[in-house]
Amino acid sequence: MKKVKIIINKTELDKILNRLTKLIVKKYKDLNNLAIVGIHTNGVYLAQRIVEKIKQLTNKKIKLGYIDITFYRDDIGYRKNIQQPKDTQIDFNIDNKDILLIDDVLFTGRTVRAAMEQLLEIGRPKTISVLVLIDRGLRELPIYAEFVGKKIATTHKQQIELLLKETGGDDTVVIYTK
Amino acid sequence: MKILIKNGIVLDPEQDIEKKLDILIENGKITKIAEKINLKPNNLIINAKSYIVSPGLIDIHTHLREPGNEEEETIASGTIAAAAGGITSVFCMPNTQPPIDDQTSVEFVMLKAKSEGVVNVFPVGAITKNRQGEELTEIGELKKAGVVAISDDGEPISNSKIMRRALEYARMFDLTVISHCEDKLLTKGGVINEGRVSTLLGLRGMPKEAEEIMVMRDIILASLTLGKLHITHVSTKNSINFIRHAKQNGLQITCDVTPHHFTLSEDEIEKQPYNTNLKMNPPLRTHEDVKALIEAIKDDTVDCIASDHAPHTVEEKNKEFDLAPFGIIGLETLLPLSITYLYHKEKLPLKNIIKKLATNPARIFKLKDKGSLKIGYDADITIFDPYKEFVVKSFSSKSSNSPFIGWKLKGKVKYTICKGNIVFKDKNN
Amino acid sequence: MLRQEHKFIHKHLLELQSLSKEDIELILETARPFKTLFTRSIKKVPTLRGRTVVLLFYEPSTRTRTSFELAAKRLSADTVNIAVQTSSVQKGESLIDTAKTLESMKADFIVIRHFYSGAPYLLSQYVSSSIINAGDGFHEHPTQGLLDIFTIKEKKGKVKDLKVVIVGDILHSRVARSNLWGLTKLGAKVVLCGPPTLIPLDIDKIFPQVEIEYNLDKAIKNADVINILRVQFERQLEHLFPSVREYSLLYGMNKDRLKHAKNDVLILHPGPMNRGIEITTDIADGLHSVINEQVTNGIAVRMAILYLLSIANSKPKKELPK
Repeated sequence: MKKVKIIINKTELDKILNRLTKLIVKKYKDLNNLAIVGIHTNGVYLAQRIVEKIKQLTNKKIKLGYIDITFYRDDIGYRKNIQQPKDTQIDFNIDNKDILLIDDVLFTGRTVRAAMEQLLEIGRPKTISVLVLIDRGLRELPIYAEFVGKKIATTHKQQIELLLKETGGDDTVVIYTK
Repeated sequence: MKILIKNGIVLDPEQDIEKKLDILIENGKITKIAEKINLKPNNLIINAKSYIVSPGLIDIHTHLREPGNEEEETIASGTIAAAAGGITSVFCMPNTQPPIDDQTSVEFVMLKAKSEGVVNVFPVGAITKNRQGEELTEIGELKKAGVVAISDDGEPISNSKIMRRALEYARMFDLTVISHCEDKLLTKGGVINEGRVSTLLGLRGMPKEAEEIMVMRDIILASLTLGKLHITHVSTKNSINFIRHAKQNGLQITCDVTPHHFTLSEDEIEKQPYNTNLKMNPPLRTHEDVKALIEAIKDDTVDCIASDHAPHTVEEKNKEFDLAPFGIIGLETLLPLSITYLYHKEKLPLKNIIKKLATNPARIFKLKDKGSLKIGYDADITIFDPYKEFVVKSFSSKSSNSPFIGWKLKGKVKYTICKGNIVFKDKNN
Repeated sequence: MLRQEHKFIHKHLLELQSLSKEDIELILETARPFKTLFTRSIKKVPTLRGRTVVLLFYEPSTRTRTSFELAAKRLSADTVNIAVQTSSVQKGESLIDTAKTLESMKADFIVIRHFYSGAPYLLSQYVSSSIINAGDGFHEHPTQGLLDIFTIKEKKGKVKDLKVVIVGDILHSRVARSNLWGLTKLGAKVVLCGPPTLIPLDIDKIFPQVEIEYNLDKAIKNADVINILRVQFERQLEHLFPSVREYSLLYGMNKDRLKHAKNDVLILHPGPMNRGIEITTDIADGLHSVINEQVTNGIAVRMAILYLLSIANSKPKKELPK
């Protein structure tokens, strides 16, 4: 049996998201030019929650898109356990927009790189920033997240999982050793 | 030169012998059969203890490919393969290049066989010139030159009038007409049996009826002409039923089946899709046909078991299924497949099997001094172990287009003796 | 924890017969996100960068070859076309030798179209490249079957329990066979319609649930989908039907006939069409027709196949972090 440790509980998660929302509103002076793009799968749900929170806070409806980075992975041909691709859905013009990419965990930086590559093929945003719930370190690429929910030092043997209500979890983040 | 075969179980259906006896061979002939024969130890003595000693097997349907296709087989390599399969006499079919359709080509085969062949070779002459089904060959001359039967094997005679004339004319020479029954218009383009598997694999089919129509036609013509008809490689249930019925009506017709048709069905092509070693003509039929053939072997509707040994090179066979030639080799698996499937599986007595592999072929085609172990007969003898199991691996034949590679079979040939010479000896004796 | 997803484990795509229902569903699901790419100005993803796809066509084909080529290119793979007329095939080089040569050139995929059934299977026995059957003889045309089913599913939202009628020369049709396998695995009710001479023997033994109806008006009654096969004129010479005229009268799809089907019936055709023979122009270009969409979907489905096969054939170099 692997030992599973909760590092963020339900209340903490909501608090973190509230804090991040405030930071977003503070940073982006022109919220009308902001568009949020969630990275499948958990990034999508986090993006939905944050868009909702921004709406509650400012009464502004931020444009929301989803991105699946599967086709942009740099390890195709090297691993067999790649998830089924999902739809990338960005129904607005991203040219000159301020894009905020959202994902659950920032690790090697490869997912964000792939997402950026895809975004740049779809259009030419003015800026791209990154928001993650957890930054676990161990970067392999020069990628930087402007908005971080929580920083945790980890090792490669560890696994971090965000268990959201939307996927049948209980809104917690757990860590365990593989 | 004397050879003594000691302690074996002598099995000769013609003399109704199946017991432990010794056989003495002198000058290529069988000179003595008795319970105990003793010979000075400086003579050649074969200890055949727990082996079967039978008349040398006679395969009435082989393709030796010489002249014309020596890359596939030669008279030399084909007869070595025959010897390895316990066969002491082979009938070679006339579809060579040029075909065996005149005296000269018969003589060529006979001469080659005499100088290079290790077992007896009996040529089968063509029925029509160039095997084109149009003009009769000089059947009398062919007979004089040494053919034991006539056949256009591979090319059925579509013209019923020609077939009628052949049956009529060959009668006066007491020659049997071996018929490959196939309505070519019905099988045109076909590569396997028409039915479930051809539909599944998208291959053009050859309907059973193409064979059955011709079997029926030939039976009717045989009854009209009273000619001697032998239907070769019968493969369907209805063909067998027609033949059985004709025999019951007193017609002098005979037939043979091949081991692949009584061991394999088209289902095998489903299991090994597009394996060209499962492509032969007639094609593998259904499970139901296989069952009917076995029944017919058991009730003696089937007179002979023949290999239809058809060698092809790897290059010819490793092709798209449609492009690969028909046929598989069979000399070296003829006896083991018969022993494994008919004796061990179907419990058919060994005597009945030997009857179809030696006795009947000799009698139907009137081979002098062959097919039995009578005193004074040619010393053509096969010694085999019906219980010894082995894996089919490599062949003495020049070709190896066999679907039985890797199969475990019982019935190992130990010695093959042809006219008093040991032409094959198992390495593990 | 992540839910267990179905994994595609096939090395080649030779036929739909040996694919499971889950395999087919996965291919359809994977094709969907690829299709969304086509609305972008950059229709390309870097997924198969550096991979080589050889298109080995022994039979003329514009649609299928172009579709595979676009699929490969939109995945950023390199493509090579081997046209039979210019290759050494004309010099009598065997299929196996040709394939070995291509393998030595490090082709990751060989897409083969061949007039003989089983040619892709033969290739797969001799080379280590991934083989994709782009139509072999009368056997199968798996990507066509998949794109037909993708189109049906996209339009109807499901495949199960739909009445799908396949009309025409079933005997010589690889498209029909692949459709039959795919559709029956997904639970559609398939009806085959054509003259008895063009219905293969024992098809009912392979697909016991499939209905055979010689009369087209009866066959398409309440049909959800009609897939019309191309008539090949040379079949007339084989006495399979007396004349193209009579074939057209008996099996040609037109406005009057179509009334027998459901109001929202879909018309599919694998192309190229013989307008005025198996299908009238007003039907081919009409409201029910999804023939052009089949072409678009074909690219997405073929991208999905190339993608799934390359994942299934992955060679892990070393342990990569998740």
